[in-house]
Amino acid sequence: MNGLDQIFVGTGHWIAGLFPVYVQPLISAALEIAIMMAVFGGCFALTSVVERKLLGRMQNRYGPNRVGPFGLLQPLADGIKMLTKEDIVPFSADKTVHFLAPLALSVPIWLAFAVLPFGRNMSAIDLDAGILFFFAIGSASELAVFMAGWSSQNKYSLVGAMRAIAQMISYEVPLVLSTVPVLMLAGSLSLNEIVAAQGTYTLGGLARWNVFTPWGLAGLLLFLIAATAESNRSPFDLPEGESEIIAGFLTEYSGFKYALFFLSEYLGLFAITGLAVTLFLGGWHAPFRWLEWVPSWLWFAGKFCALIFLFVWIRATLPRLRLDQLLNFSWRFLVPLSLINILVAVAWYWSGSWKSPVALPVRWVLCAALVALPYHWLAQSLRGTLPPPRKYTYAE
Amino acid sequence: MDGAGIIKGMIETARNFAGSYHDEARLTTVQYPEEKLAPVENARTIPFLVYDGAEALPGLRCTACMICEKECPPQCIYIVKDTVKKPDFVGKMQMQPKVFDIDISVCMSCGICVEVCPFDAIKMDQVFELSTGDRFGGLLLNKTQLAKPNDYFNKLHKTEAAEIDLRRVEEKQKAEAAAAAKAAAPAKPPMAPPPAP
Amino acid sequence: MATASPTELAASAPPSQIMEVAMGPQHPSTHGVFRMDVSLDGETVVKLKPVFGYLHRNHEKIAEKCSYLGSIPYTDRLDYICSLTNNWAYAMTVEKLAGLVPPERAEYIRVILSELTRLINHSALAGFLLQDMGALGTPLMYAFREREKILDLFESLTGARMMCNYMRFGGCRCDLPPGWIEQVRRLVSDFPKFLDEFEALLTGNEILQARTEGVGVLPAPLAVNAGVTGPMLRASGVNYDIRKVDQYGVYGRFQFRVPLGERGDVFDRYMIRILEMRESLKILEQALRDIPGGPIMDPKAKLRNLRPKAGEAYGRIEGPKGELGFYLISDGGPNPYRYRVRPPSLINLTVLEDMCLGQTIADVVVILGSIDIVLGEVDR
Repeated sequence: MNGLDQIFVGTGHWIAGLFPVYVQPLISAALEIAIMMAVFGGCFALTSVVERKLLGRMQNRYGPNRVGPFGLLQPLADGIKMLTKEDIVPFSADKTVHFLAPLALSVPIWLAFAVLPFGRNMSAIDLDAGILFFFAIGSASELAVFMAGWSSQNKYSLVGAMRAIAQMISYEVPLVLSTVPVLMLAGSLSLNEIVAAQGTYTLGGLARWNVFTPWGLAGLLLFLIAATAESNRSPFDLPEGESEIIAGFLTEYSGFKYALFFLSEYLGLFAITGLAVTLFLGGWHAPFRWLEWVPSWLWFAGKFCALIFLFVWIRATLPRLRLDQLLNFSWRFLVPLSLINILVAVAWYWSGSWKSPVALPVRWVLCAALVALPYHWLAQSLRGTLPPPRKYTYAE
Repeated sequence: MDGAGIIKGMIETARNFAGSYHDEARLTTVQYPEEKLAPVENARTIPFLVYDGAEALPGLRCTACMICEKECPPQCIYIVKDTVKKPDFVGKMQMQPKVFDIDISVCMSCGICVEVCPFDAIKMDQVFELSTGDRFGGLLLNKTQLAKPNDYFNKLHKTEAAEIDLRRVEEKQKAEAAAAAKAAAPAKPPMAPPPAP
Repeated sequence: MATASPTELAASAPPSQIMEVAMGPQHPSTHGVFRMDVSLDGETVVKLKPVFGYLHRNHEKIAEKCSYLGSIPYTDRLDYICSLTNNWAYAMTVEKLAGLVPPERAEYIRVILSELTRLINHSALAGFLLQDMGALGTPLMYAFREREKILDLFESLTGARMMCNYMRFGGCRCDLPPGWIEQVRRLVSDFPKFLDEFEALLTGNEILQARTEGVGVLPAPLAVNAGVTGPMLRASGVNYDIRKVDQYGVYGRFQFRVPLGERGDVFDRYMIRILEMRESLKILEQALRDIPGGPIMDPKAKLRNLRPKAGEAYGRIEGPKGELGFYLISDGGPNPYRYRVRPPSLINLTVLEDMCLGQTIADVVVILGSIDIVLGEVDR
């Protein structure tokens, strides 16, 4: 089914072929940008309503179901509402910075989509240091959060922005560290090469996705936890969902700028999810050799949707962490664990040269123990010296 | 195991999610106004005045005894007695109200007026779609708006209405029997004058 | 850090560093219109002043003008989540004043309704506490799903879901409709399954434990001195349950245990309420088994124009939030001379500052949630 797999690439080439040779790169780039913005913009709209419906179903109720069939036109109604709201800028606010903050947040995140491979031959730019570009761009967007908090000239916004920055910086470290084993074992920083390294099959047709190894599984979990924190989602949504001190750095924003902040938050989530799929879940590869006929972009979309479902599921279940607990969790649990994960990946690689029929289970047990024991010790240290478990006495 | 509590919680949420597609207990929304809950017999929202027969005002059971106005906690009932009397269901002449207003924006649906009424004249209705655009008098219901027939009362509160109807039929029969006995009794002889002191 | 006084804590931080935050009357987490003026040193609370009165509705003054019967609907609206227990406390006080004795069946009905009220209150509290902690409404929805079943039961008996107005002086307003007892039995047998699901969702949850353990500790001597009652007191380890102490109504006939906590922090208060729900189910089973037939009103009771003899009476019950008491002084007329409510929420709220000192601002909301206040009762 090569035709269906390459349908977007083929169409893109055909359209670019209608133009003279010297503008073809420009047209091709413009086309890619337009398609990506349309797809991910639409994805944002769909996710906002699907998330509400999923949350509703988990809470024994329907989500929005009045606007359009199954409520799917709800984002249209929300968009119209946001656009028609009055754009209030506080009198004492720094107007330029206040205006630029939402833009400074969304532009880097759009850029991050450029390096993700959505299917075979379907990444917009094939950089040799793709992942480095991705992380650099992701960190650049954090400045915008502080711009928003500072320019509002509101002490609560400032406090909220500082807490948001502290959270995002603390979780950058485990985010990057958890991807280091992948880079080491793939031997490259380019995302296309990392996906290609997961494309071989073993054990009668099972793909060599990184998640099917102990260090890959641990790495994926660490990456997903750090990704939840980076996108300010529950249970790490202290900066924005806080019912304690107002709405944090978003307090002074209304109307379209507010919508732009939320767009950027969701786009950031999509970008990080795309990266997780690329690094750990085999990108656009099929899980089994006999499923290779399904188009690659469909596999990518499926894994992407599964991870988004996981994020919504976590959001529905868990209460929020307090700021100091959040930071403790990052520095005292995730960072050591991700460093140990690197050692486990090394152990897996070295033991890959064993030639024995029981090699695979033994390697699994060994590497899993190498991860599980520190996990247990770190978890105990995080909970501190716990008092003995509670007993509830009863009086007659 | 550390982290087991979170996993258990997520299993619980997933169970609710999956259950909401096939199990009615896991999706309890009633999509008003397309679906409505069945009315409950005892439910109460605002009062209404019961009338017997076909015509509202002559058939009203209310005798303007003013007890409900006195006992109403937020004092939302306003009654003015009429000078003209009318016969009730046993034929006795009773007073009637000229004005009987209830301000349902003040009414707190307590049902005390129903409990204290000696004539089963005021009962609790179950309507709740009472919004009106008229800010100034839309929620002040007068006698005509409050009067509803006994059949409506039977439909709303079946058991209570059945008991009351039975009782009224018995009382009417007793009153008729007493009247018949009085008409059929021979005239009493005039009493002898008392002996002179 | 709960032993340092506000002045000591405030003095230890330079005055320019203290930030005053008014967690204002409109707030998603303050359970009603309630304001807290919090002084923060960084993230730590150094002073907390609760400001209430935004819901004051002159309840006690209205009662002086209304007759005794007319006050009953107003007592529904005191603690609007638990209207039937409010009714019972008031009816008990007037019965003490007027010398009325409700018959057996009425007492059993009162116990059943009161324990059902305890179930709905504690479910609502567990849901709201988790909502304040940011669990986005999932436990709240599950708790309210169960609450709806009990409210439907109330509607089929009393006519209204929340403002029940059911107890009368000397008994109850109307008898149980046919099939009601069966519905309650079915609910009681299904409820433990919901409690197990709820506990599976929450009690082992590490994030919940991290947010609530060691937070807002209320030491037992302070609790007793401040007059705190109800689950808050029992979570601090003090064995005081008015159902066992006074044995009002027919509570003396039921076998049930009183759960006591150890440490008096937020987790203990949450757990005590879950355990109390289980004990309430036991009481309900016994009451449903033993309820006799018979009249539901004292034959001496008058509905209208009740004029108790001059005197005073204090009637108290173990409401879901604590000791709800009514103090009535009668001068022989149709209205009370003085009508005073002892609101458990207000008395429990007086220790809010002591529990919050030294905690972070994020914990203040959680601690307030665990006290379980309803502004209708605090402000009357």
